Amino acid sequence: MTAALLTWSILLAQCLLGLAMACATFRLLRGPRAQDRVLGLDTLYVNAMLLLLTFGIRTGSTLYFEAALVIALLGFVATAALAKFLMRGEVIE
Amino acid sequence: MTHAVDLPFWAALPVALLLLLGAGLALTGSLGLLRLGSFYERVHAPTLGTTLGIGCVLIASMLAFSVLQTRPVLHEVLIGVFVTITTPVALMLLARAALYRDRHEGSGEMPQPGGCRGGRDGSPETPAVHGQDGSRR
Repeated sequence: MTAALLTWSILLAQCLLGLAMACATFRLLRGPRAQDRVLGLDTLYVNAMLLLLTFGIRTGSTLYFEAALVIALLGFVATAALAKFLMRGEVIE
Repeated sequence: MTHAVDLPFWAALPVALLLLLGAGLALTGSLGLLRLGSFYERVHAPTLGTTLGIGCVLIASMLAFSVLQTRPVLHEVLIGVFVTITTPVALMLLARAALYRDRHEGSGEMPQPGGCRGGRDGSPETPAVHGQDGSRR
């Protein structure tokens, strides 16, 4: 009973997060302007981090936590650098 | 290594509910990113997933690992604090860059000061839009 509850809820959560990543990927590929694409990339990073945390709960391994932390760090740096590129036309002045 | 199926029922039920709630909130935010009309409406949508969605999934993860390892596991707080601090900074940088680009090109998509889109939230960028007609190049 408990195992079935956990297995099915984790599977459903993974499906929902996969759908969310598909929506973000659509906005990343089809965004009318560059800032829409950057916003889609940011959402994609966050959803991938949530999916990794869900994998970590499923397997009981703390390895996925570190991957999620690295994705959070790199996502912030990527969004900030891309926003600065859109603002100025170059990243490092 | 312990497995998630070994959780007792009193811990498995909140873990499952919090996981489903967090994933549903992230999906709602991404659907908003897909459905909303302009960029300045879309920039609000993913914050639903980055605040409550991440909070729910992190609490579920903390609960599951604390019960599995029979000791308090709190390092997920690190991700929570980091994402809570960095998401507004990144999205404000992005919105400011988009405002700069729209103003530079004279696009009509940006929020107007007296309109129902930009005037109600009182954002600090709103008074700066006043000068767009004079500074259009």
